[in-house]
Amino acid sequence: MTIEQTMKSFPKPSQIEVPAGAEGWEDLYPYNLVFDNAPGGDEKFWFCDSQHWPTVFKPFETIGGEFAVKCLGQYNTRHLLIPPANGIEFKIHLGYLYMSPVGVPEEEIAARVPEFERRAGHYFQNWDSLLEAWHSKVRATIDEMEDLTFEALPDAVPFDDIVSGKAMDGSQVLMENYDRLIALLYRNWQYHFEFLNLGYLAYLDFFGFCKDVFPGIPDQAIAKMVQGVDMELFRPDDELKKLAVQAVELGIQSAFDDTDDVEGTLRAVRDAGGEEWLVAYEAAQDPWFNFTVGNGFYGHDKYWLEHQDIPLGYIKDYVRRVDDGQDIMRPVEHLLAEKERIIAEYRELVSPELQAQFDAKRGLAATAYPYVENHNFYIEHWAMGVFWRKVRELAGVFVEAGFWADPADMLYLNRNEVRDAIFDLVTGWAVGAESTGPHYWPAEIERRRVIIDALSTRRPQPALNTPPAQITEPFTMMLYGITTEQVQQWLAGDEGSEDGAITGMAASPGVVEGLARVITSADQLGEVQEGEILVATITAPSWGPIFGKIRATVTDIGGMMSHAAIVCREYGLPAVTGTGSASTTIVTGQRIRVDGNAGRVEILQD
Amino acid sequence: MSDYVVFFDSGHDPALELLGGKCASLVSMTTAGMPVPPGFAVTTAAFDHFVDGSGLRAEIRDRLAEIDPDDVASVDRASEQIRDAIESREVPEDMHGVLRTAYDELMTRFAGEVPVAVRSSATAEDLPDASFAGQQDTYLWLTGYPEVSHHVRRCWASLYTSRAITYRLRNSIPEDDLSMAVAVQKMVNARVSGVAMTMDPSNGDRSKIVVDASWGVGEMVVSGQVTPDNLMLDKVMLSVVREHIGDKHAELVPDAASGSLLEREVEPERQAVRCLTDTELHAVASMAKRAERHYGCPQDIEWALDADLPDGDNLLLLQSRPETVHSAPGAGPTPAPPSTSGPTGFSLSGLTTSLIGR
Repeated sequence: MTIEQTMKSFPKPSQIEVPAGAEGWEDLYPYNLVFDNAPGGDEKFWFCDSQHWPTVFKPFETIGGEFAVKCLGQYNTRHLLIPPANGIEFKIHLGYLYMSPVGVPEEEIAARVPEFERRAGHYFQNWDSLLEAWHSKVRATIDEMEDLTFEALPDAVPFDDIVSGKAMDGSQVLMENYDRLIALLYRNWQYHFEFLNLGYLAYLDFFGFCKDVFPGIPDQAIAKMVQGVDMELFRPDDELKKLAVQAVELGIQSAFDDTDDVEGTLRAVRDAGGEEWLVAYEAAQDPWFNFTVGNGFYGHDKYWLEHQDIPLGYIKDYVRRVDDGQDIMRPVEHLLAEKERIIAEYRELVSPELQAQFDAKRGLAATAYPYVENHNFYIEHWAMGVFWRKVRELAGVFVEAGFWADPADMLYLNRNEVRDAIFDLVTGWAVGAESTGPHYWPAEIERRRVIIDALSTRRPQPALNTPPAQITEPFTMMLYGITTEQVQQWLAGDEGSEDGAITGMAASPGVVEGLARVITSADQLGEVQEGEILVATITAPSWGPIFGKIRATVTDIGGMMSHAAIVCREYGLPAVTGTGSASTTIVTGQRIRVDGNAGRVEILQD
Repeated sequence: MSDYVVFFDSGHDPALELLGGKCASLVSMTTAGMPVPPGFAVTTAAFDHFVDGSGLRAEIRDRLAEIDPDDVASVDRASEQIRDAIESREVPEDMHGVLRTAYDELMTRFAGEVPVAVRSSATAEDLPDASFAGQQDTYLWLTGYPEVSHHVRRCWASLYTSRAITYRLRNSIPEDDLSMAVAVQKMVNARVSGVAMTMDPSNGDRSKIVVDASWGVGEMVVSGQVTPDNLMLDKVMLSVVREHIGDKHAELVPDAASGSLLEREVEPERQAVRCLTDTELHAVASMAKRAERHYGCPQDIEWALDADLPDGDNLLLLQSRPETVHSAPGAGPTPAPPSTSGPTGFSLSGLTTSLIGR
């Protein structure tokens, strides 16, 4: 890279060398998502959305990025006609997702204003009833997805179907249900964004107002004035806490000695007379165990429902803490009182003529904003959890038919290839001859696995090409924390701040010192010890139980509204987010000082 | 304890007649949770009992009656005689030990015996229509009970300095019922000190607290001889919004031996670091906020961290006065005027404006 580029630009995609062994990676992804085939790859500014997609896509998983980012765009561009912002273009480079916000031509902005006001106004004025309808729509979609079945084909059509003259062999269920599964997922992603951009919009409006009236007001103060306290997103964790408290009350603590053995643990509970607890445990699962330790975008994300050692492990930890006399429940009343105090104090400082505006803007943001936090449970956790479970059921049918060895292997096929494979499967079965798949896919999956593994050895470039002088697109700033300053900081590379501190967003207030625990995947969560400081690429809201153990959080990715920021504010822990490099700079065991007020992390001792 | 002594933190009603202006204010601030340097008032009741019980009242009246207002020498003579009498006359039997007990009780709050200040607290002092303040005496760095006891009498006596007598004569202030309280207060041994303002003085933004802090006694900050650490906090969240570390090359420290302040160089390692920990800064800002709430308007305060007091109890409020420059009505930043509101009271066009930046 030339000096000039380090100063002003990120590399062009075409200049970046492909990792050894990953040659031909482009063919794993849809043609329209590869830079080489699409316009603007080497010119436009692209930033990597490693906040949502921190690891390399396997071919099937691109569906998450495609549906999500497409549906994000449709609301700006086609539903709401947001005056200055269309959607976000997206491409895949070396397995990672890159985004480029699409502006609206200057001359078209004014014309969109009346339509935008009419449409957004309708939503804001009918928020509660529309949101209630949203819950029904999403729930119906999830239920329908849940009802889809993927089963091995029978040796012979049942006699009943002969009698009824059904005239179908059952393979149509496989074919129709696959198409239906994809269609339902798509539908859910459209629902996902129905309120989200509006929530951000109302928040941004109040945010801008506060920054005008109180220059330098901490971002987190604004967030505290609108964010929910008793949120659905925290329900799964709250359920575990309740179960832990109940277990202690019933005196069945010893049943949780080995929670890796799920069956054994539940048996021990029953043996200890914990029938009542088992009923509560069962009840908590629907829907609250539809909760992933990842972010719902990957086939490898583990859901509590299918990996009950995870929630049981958390319960075990909570049981120990309750036994130690700790109060594990979130201080909801205290948090609510603190929120009310903050609102009242700022309100008192607003000049009387602006108080009505303060109330209106805060009120709207407080109405709309909780959706931003709560939707996550319904789509990313619940709907995606059901989706991935159904994908695994389908993959199991293929495993049984000898197409590949492990259900997870199916993720190396893209979604259209899966459809082809279903054709192949049902054809072989119907004809009574061998399918081609078992002779083709194992080797091809292995070839692809090598490529994905090679791509995974490298962290993505944070951005590509030349950034604009100023980043002004509000959603990019809000959702991704991509600000002019952030981009400049990336460009400054590893130089860091003058005194060697790692800097990021002051996402949750407070200052603590402690030992760092660097986590790069949810599978390592078990390593986190009481009183450590969590350092991670990103966090997921489902890591809730961890936040009861740790003293602070530092992430590479994310802004004020990232999961880590929201959860830490909720749990009263300091957080610094969007550092870019904390997880690669800090080493587990180092003593660090996290200043959530200033957005600084210092390494005190190796 | 009798009515002769009132501790600042006793929760006593801050009665001006009994406590005088200064002590009433110290009691009022202490009651409001503001940490003024600990101490007690020797009340007007004590003074009255002293002058009445020792027969001084009549003697003072007689001496003052002899004065010829046009003859400076006669004023000086009367003043000297009255003051001599006050400083030498035995206190009445029932007052014996009261001051001593109060002094001893104050000293139990510290690791060892610490110097105190003895300040007069006149009932006519600090009032809007009487510029009488500063007419009476303040004595600093007093150590040990005999010194303190002696200077309480000197304060009492200062009620009858030539200047004070002349002032009352000129302003027709009656001598009858004249009384005075005295404050006996821990002398601040400032390790770190500074000022705080409960608004941003650069633009009048009332959501900020600005703190200047430096090592030692605050005079060098106030007089501009050192560049202090300059910190801006958000008033509601009490988080640091902006921070500038000053060079703080010198400090003034109390020298109890000489009863004065000593200027010395600050070592390089203390110059370069913030002189307040996060906890201390938080305490200073909280105290400034409390003072603002107590007085109902933005305040300009002086504070110090006292080296003689334990952490957590060592922050002291030295002075709090209204901020006058920016506190005029209508001051403060004003954003664009509100746009028309929709049916929900929410301004869509305001939202549009903020979105498209015009």
